[in-house]
Amino acid sequence: MCSLGLFPPPPPPGDVTLYELNNALVCGRLSEQLPLPFQSQVPELPVLSLPKEPLKAHGRLEPSARPPFIHHRESLWKRCLSAWRDAGLCGLLRELAGAEEEGLRWLRTGSSHALAVCRWLSSLHGSLFPHLSLTSEDMIAAFSQAVDWAGCTIRAFAWHPHTNKFAVALLDDSIRVYNSSRSPCSPRECQSLLRRRLSRLLLQPPQVSPGWDFWPARALSGPGTPRPSHTSATVPSLKHRLQRNVAAMAWKPLCASILAVACQSCVLVWHLDPTSLSTRPSSGCAQVLSYPGHGPVTSLAWAPSGERLLSASPVDTAMLVWDVSTETCVQLQWFGGGGVTYVAWSPDGSKVLAATPSAVFRVWEAQMWTCERWPTIRGRCQTGCWSPDGSRLLFTVLGESVIYSLSFSEYRGEMQGQVGGSKTASIVADLSETTFETLYGEERIGGEVHSMVWDPTGERLAVIIRGHPESVGSQPAVAVFRTRNSPVFELLPCGFVRGERGARPQLISFHPCFPQGALLTVCWSSGRISHIPFFFVSALEPRGSPRRSPAPVLGSVREQPLFSEL
Amino acid sequence: MEAAAGGQRALLRQVLGWRVAAAVTWSVLLLPLCTAAFVVLSGLDPFHPLRWISNSFNDLYTSYVIFCIFLMSVVIIIISIFNVEFYAVVPSIACSRLALIGKIIHPQQLIHSFVHAVMGMLVAWCATVMTKGRFQFLAVPCTPSESLEDAVPQMCLNEHHLFFILSGAFLGYSYSLFFLINNMNYLPFPIIQQYKYLRFRRSLPLLIKHSCVESLYFVRNFCVTYYFFGYIPKVWLCTTMGLHTDSKLHPLDTLSGLLDLSLFYHTWLSGVFLLMTWYIAWLLFKIYATESHHFPIQPTFAQETDQCLPKILNSNPPLLIKFLALQDLMLLSQYSPVRRQEVFSLSQPGGHPHNWTAISRECLSLLSDLTQRLIAQQEAAAANGRAKPPVGELKVPPQTPGAVGIEDVSFQSQRSNIVLRPSMSPLVKPSLMPVKASPGSDIGSPFSSPALSYKMGVVDIKSPWHGTVQSPHVMRRGPKLWTSVSDQQMNGSHHESSPMPSAARTGSEAVQPRFIFYTWLQNKQEQIKNFLLKRALIMYFFSKHPEASIQAVFCDAQMHIWALEGLSHLVAASFTEDQFGVVQTTLPAILNTLLTLQEVVDRHFKLPHVSSKPPRISGSLVDTSYKTLRFALRASLKTALYRITTVFGEHLNAVQVSTEHKKRLQQFLDYKE
Repeated sequence: MCSLGLFPPPPPPGDVTLYELNNALVCGRLSEQLPLPFQSQVPELPVLSLPKEPLKAHGRLEPSARPPFIHHRESLWKRCLSAWRDAGLCGLLRELAGAEEEGLRWLRTGSSHALAVCRWLSSLHGSLFPHLSLTSEDMIAAFSQAVDWAGCTIRAFAWHPHTNKFAVALLDDSIRVYNSSRSPCSPRECQSLLRRRLSRLLLQPPQVSPGWDFWPARALSGPGTPRPSHTSATVPSLKHRLQRNVAAMAWKPLCASILAVACQSCVLVWHLDPTSLSTRPSSGCAQVLSYPGHGPVTSLAWAPSGERLLSASPVDTAMLVWDVSTETCVQLQWFGGGGVTYVAWSPDGSKVLAATPSAVFRVWEAQMWTCERWPTIRGRCQTGCWSPDGSRLLFTVLGESVIYSLSFSEYRGEMQGQVGGSKTASIVADLSETTFETLYGEERIGGEVHSMVWDPTGERLAVIIRGHPESVGSQPAVAVFRTRNSPVFELLPCGFVRGERGARPQLISFHPCFPQGALLTVCWSSGRISHIPFFFVSALEPRGSPRRSPAPVLGSVREQPLFSEL
Repeated sequence: MEAAAGGQRALLRQVLGWRVAAAVTWSVLLLPLCTAAFVVLSGLDPFHPLRWISNSFNDLYTSYVIFCIFLMSVVIIIISIFNVEFYAVVPSIACSRLALIGKIIHPQQLIHSFVHAVMGMLVAWCATVMTKGRFQFLAVPCTPSESLEDAVPQMCLNEHHLFFILSGAFLGYSYSLFFLINNMNYLPFPIIQQYKYLRFRRSLPLLIKHSCVESLYFVRNFCVTYYFFGYIPKVWLCTTMGLHTDSKLHPLDTLSGLLDLSLFYHTWLSGVFLLMTWYIAWLLFKIYATESHHFPIQPTFAQETDQCLPKILNSNPPLLIKFLALQDLMLLSQYSPVRRQEVFSLSQPGGHPHNWTAISRECLSLLSDLTQRLIAQQEAAAANGRAKPPVGELKVPPQTPGAVGIEDVSFQSQRSNIVLRPSMSPLVKPSLMPVKASPGSDIGSPFSSPALSYKMGVVDIKSPWHGTVQSPHVMRRGPKLWTSVSDQQMNGSHHESSPMPSAARTGSEAVQPRFIFYTWLQNKQEQIKNFLLKRALIMYFFSKHPEASIQAVFCDAQMHIWALEGLSHLVAASFTEDQFGVVQTTLPAILNTLLTLQEVVDRHFKLPHVSSKPPRISGSLVDTSYKTLRFALRASLKTALYRITTVFGEHLNAVQVSTEHKKRLQQFLDYKE
């Protein structure tokens, strides 16, 4: 078992983690460059800083349109009708109970009694599932993978599974899609990138212009006038009437540019034209997938084969499996748990983790859609991630500072309707609070895990440790583990990733196809998005394809017979 | 031929037989539950709950309830037989109102409606028996009048009973009508695989809600009908059976008579009962029939040869079997490495990849069939907007290949190659059509199995769509658009099969005069049609709904979606699993077909009247997924192409495709599509 005590001490304050080389994390000043042999191999990725000030969270500050209009009372039945339409039965009863018309005494008393019964019932329901009494924003903040969803600029982040493209959801409910022109995935194109390096730059958005152009460091520091970078200059900014309180995003695999966005009341699926130069795609490009009673949506997952989309909401006991092209859905109903907060599809497409707001989570098998139920002891499952071959699930539980591992029997395709999980989950890492004595003083790191990602080669695991809010000096940190999945599972310490002074990690994500190892993207609370490359040679040797295609490849590697049959 | 057809029918019976039996058994087993619920609810007495419940439970064991259950089981079996006889995996979509009316008065549909009306009467009669009270008998003794002039008690007509029975017949007929209009005989295949019980449980709330609402509407309609026409059966029954009308009771065909809440409740409840039992039978049949079936790839025993997947795909089985086979192909290509290995294997003596060849050939022919159909449709759409060419232009040069289209069937395989070329040239660039580059550098390199000489341009002549290609528009414009480029290509493609073209040409010359006469006739027909179309009423019935005709083009697209998914998953898996390289030989053909189809589908969505977004589908019991199949097809086509390009990556540059397609492939490789 791995514990935080085995970790190397965190880097001194002021230093920033730059990259990993020879199994050690290298820190330094921001301006430092990558070692020469690697400069060419890293694609030009935009390093952004999206400070909070220019984004006004209009969602809440926006004054209502009520004051300018003269108050006018409609007749009772009209009010009742609109209340019924807006707020359902409870609204209707409230309207009736508050009616001031004459001669309706019995109606008023009756409806106030009925309202009391309704409230009592809902409080009963709420006592079973306390999360149902939260407002939808609080609910998203509680279940989101972002550490500080309500307060930070960046609310969600998603890498495109095949190209150097990512989407960032911001506080003002807009989404920006950043694009680097070249893909690092194909070897031939890597050759052409030889003269490039990781550009690193603080970008202050111009306050006047609505667009967010960013310029590479070289362009500013180098001689000559600033010119647009090689990364694509158009940054599409997506806005939609229904795009409120974005909790998660996911790019469709095996597709150029389809982005699913989990919103407050629905799932929006943006169809972006990758060749288009428009910075404001019209809302006609978005498909609206809504289902009554399914909102706020807090988690989304595409099937790795790109055909189905899963959406989950903490208030809906059913997960929805969408066929996005036809906008039809199938409910996967399972009442226990009171909702689904987080879904994660295993990279080989065989299984799905579904966490609930109660102390239970489920693992679905994605062919016949049966599930295994896993009760936990302490709290709800906060996050989880799958190994690349889908045979191991790491998950964490609220209230415990450990990482559990759950292994599954190998997926052979013929076992219809069996999930094949092992009997018990085992603890693989202990993240309880540890004090590090450094030259610059004591540092305490440890606590519950908020979010956890595993890189596509299965060699690095990054974890956001939230720290104990009550203890002073304990702060959120990103810990990185080295992992190995076969022949035996191993978890070894690698180091802590440190951002700028005062910046707390908000979201983490691995680049899905980084050829030289792994590339971790961290969104910091300061609004900065930095990319940290980990250079290593993957042990996942028969890497079937130039561009990784996990599902068929991994299934087949194990299928090869040991001896030839004659 | 006869034997093969017989074998296929046997296969259908074998596959579908036990499914139907199981579905009927379950729906009969569920009948007592529904009956119990009906009995309990029909005796509803909210003021004496204890008495209500004890009474209704006592009623359940009475002999007449059990007799009713038996009778209704028979009804369910008959309904199930109709479900089985009428099911369709490809919906028939009425393009105009006249076609819809034609469907309604089709004898088959009339029988369906009549039987359902009779069954509805039977169920309603059972409902009256189980409800008891004032509904039970048709003839009741009249209420004694004050003047006791005759002591003999007279029998009066119980109008409530009559109302009930007639409502049953009306409901049965309405059910049959809605069954037709909503295409409820269409079997939609689920988007994810699930166990039958879970599927049933998922649909049950919807089913209950749907039958409650439906019953409400039907009963309302029935009340209106009865208000206007109710006196006819009443008078008829009174006269034939010698019954009297009770003057003390309100007649029901008046407003005050119909405003009877208890009557309305019981009618509605019996309607819900009827619809629910019938819908359950229908739902169970749907669930059982669309369950995936496991076809073996390689026969274990010699007598199983007819049942293995490649054989079934290549023969022409009943459509349901074909659908199940394609669904199985999709599932095996996605989930089962062991069965994929069987697909890629070589035959034992000889070493031919028969399984793969058969499967890929069938998938490709399905897809290129769809391509042709779409091209024909686009051609028709383009022609509609244009002025008709003057008749003088119809003087076709004798060697026009377009003329070959109407003659007999002897030159089929070659003809398809010739005929289709002119018809698509205006819309599709010549290179779009799968062109065989040169005889030497053929698709099949090392393996010279017979199937590799399969040409992709060849369309399935037997398909009904072939006829549309030969529409007068197409043939008339043929010569004009006959460019030198395509001519050359045609010659090139004929290079290998030399004797055929000359034969075709002689045939075309012989048929020349007949052809001119034929076009003249066609022209006249068009004129008459145009004349009639200007009359408003006829226009109303004849006008084609654009959406419906698009739906009709894509009505069997589910097959193509599965073919695409199966093929692309197999090709992607072959990158690592195909030990003998059997897939490589067909890769150019597959890429060509997919890219051509992609181009044609793209163009289809740019046509006028074609919406680019699927219509909203409300979550109702009636499945309308056939309306959105084209969107699913577009998405899975793109995904299929990306699946292949993502796995093969740069290696695709070594595959021989035309430059046009190479450009397209590069876009897919760059994720710019």
